[in-house]
Amino acid sequence: MSVDSKTVKKIASLARIHMDDAEVEALVPELNNILGWVEQLGEVDVSGVEPMTAVIPNKLRLRDDVINADPLTGGGVRDKVLANAPVAEHGFFGVPKVIE
Amino acid sequence: MTESTYRIQGATGDWEVVIGLEVHAQITSNAKLFSGASTEFGAEPNTQVSLVDAAMPGMLPVPNQECVRQAVRTGLALNAEIHKYSRFDRKNYFYADLPQGYQISQLYHPIVGEGVIEVALDEKDPDSAVKEIGVERIHIEQDAGKLMHDQHPTMSYVDLNRSGVALMEIVSRPDMRSPVEAGAYVKKLRSILRYVGSCDGNMEQGSMRADVNVSVRRPGGELGIRTETKNVNSVRFVQQVIEIEANRQVDVLEAGGEIVQETRLYDPDRNETRSMRSKEDAHDYRYFPDPDLLPLELTDDFIADCKASLPELPDAKRKRYESELGLTAYNAAVLTAEAETARAFEVLLKETAAKQGKAEADVATQVANWSLSIAPGVQKALEVTADHENNTPAANAAILAMVAGGSVSGGQAKEIYEIVLKTGRDAEEIADTEGLKQTSDTGAIEAEIEKILEANADKVEEYRGGKDKLFGFFVGQTMKAMQGKANPQVVNELLKKILG
Repeated sequence: MSVDSKTVKKIASLARIHMDDAEVEALVPELNNILGWVEQLGEVDVSGVEPMTAVIPNKLRLRDDVINADPLTGGGVRDKVLANAPVAEHGFFGVPKVIE
Repeated sequence: MTESTYRIQGATGDWEVVIGLEVHAQITSNAKLFSGASTEFGAEPNTQVSLVDAAMPGMLPVPNQECVRQAVRTGLALNAEIHKYSRFDRKNYFYADLPQGYQISQLYHPIVGEGVIEVALDEKDPDSAVKEIGVERIHIEQDAGKLMHDQHPTMSYVDLNRSGVALMEIVSRPDMRSPVEAGAYVKKLRSILRYVGSCDGNMEQGSMRADVNVSVRRPGGELGIRTETKNVNSVRFVQQVIEIEANRQVDVLEAGGEIVQETRLYDPDRNETRSMRSKEDAHDYRYFPDPDLLPLELTDDFIADCKASLPELPDAKRKRYESELGLTAYNAAVLTAEAETARAFEVLLKETAAKQGKAEADVATQVANWSLSIAPGVQKALEVTADHENNTPAANAAILAMVAGGSVSGGQAKEIYEIVLKTGRDAEEIADTEGLKQTSDTGAIEAEIEKILEANADKVEEYRGGKDKLFGFFVGQTMKAMQGKANPQVVNELLKKILG
């Protein structure tokens, strides 16, 4: 698998990353290098091997259904949430009008 | 399975409609899917947003166990396969209501696999055809925030209170063939979710909404290209979208055009769907496994506990009401359609059986008729709802016992119930003090009958001569003389006996 400059431009646009043509041209061979390397990994026969999701045996932790049990991950922090917003009015974020 | 005969009549012949629904149901939980912020509806903007939900750098998602449990219970209620191994993926797109820049969802390994929902195509007709609609999968995902466009001339306002609330996406197979089938499917699904308690099913508050996939084809032919109309928030709108979209597609195809696979938006004010051009890239989500979350692994014990916690579901309940309680198919269907209705019925049934010292099956029909037609009629006339504080099971049971014992007529029962609702007074006391009782005292009734027969000797002659219709006249006269308080059954019996 390999990418051309059109694909790179499309990916950049989907990721909302601005790139000029020179940057795109430079990135094409770089990405193809990476893809080639991944393809090389694909040569190993892993049939019957479970995908590894972590290098140490680890289980997904679940939280109890309790509101604001930990202040660091609870609500009621509107000032903090809005602190970095370019525009905050009446408790809302203000963004350029987006309408369908 | 019955084949739908719903067709769009085009200029070039008939078209069949193929429908699949993706229903987003908000999981009932106190806290959000990956944070401890509250999910309560109607709070001040952005007051229920944690640093996790606002996607602040360095915050990590930790799944809420209750949301997992409710998704599994829902899957079990749909007889679906539960996947002991599932995983979270990132669905990447940019929008002002999505601070992370991606939605955490489950594309590759959903928590619930294939299931099925049985749908009666006409809920008013218990003998109507039943169709099985396949459920392809259920996965868990985050909701987005809410945008408001009408508060400021040049800006949209963003409220992230909903951001990160847990949703189940319930994806059907493209098994529906008409707006009626789709409507019945949504109603049945909502009923099951409410029984299970995994979603409140409140479509007005957005707790349940559907993405409607529609395509058309020649009857039985190859599948056409589909469009997806997003965020449709009522059963009626789902049905309208299908009709509008199917007709639009037929027009396009018959004019020699092609259907573009695209996302559309429903505008209820204009009753039309239109293309969402901003979502042109929308299907290029660059999904990948979320590196912040390990796979979700369920134990057999956890699944068994989920299963044990399920209540009796609507289909099983309906069948039991018919077979054990002897209710008509119609009454059983109406009483079990909503979890709340069935619960209230069962409470009153138990109370009534105890009060009359009878088995539940022996009073079930009386309670069903009272609950479904008589009581709601009185409530409607008084403009009160069933949850009115005076509408207690004890009061209802007391009235039903007096009717069953013959001391109160059907009409008097309504009057007593009216006073109960208005005042909260004791039903038996009302019957006594307001004169709302009928007499079965044969002596008193017989005395009146004798007087009437004497005064109408000519009519008695005619009756005995074969003019049977006069029987009604004697009943009427007797009831009048008794001021409407005689037990009509007793009057009938006595008259028959005396007139011979």
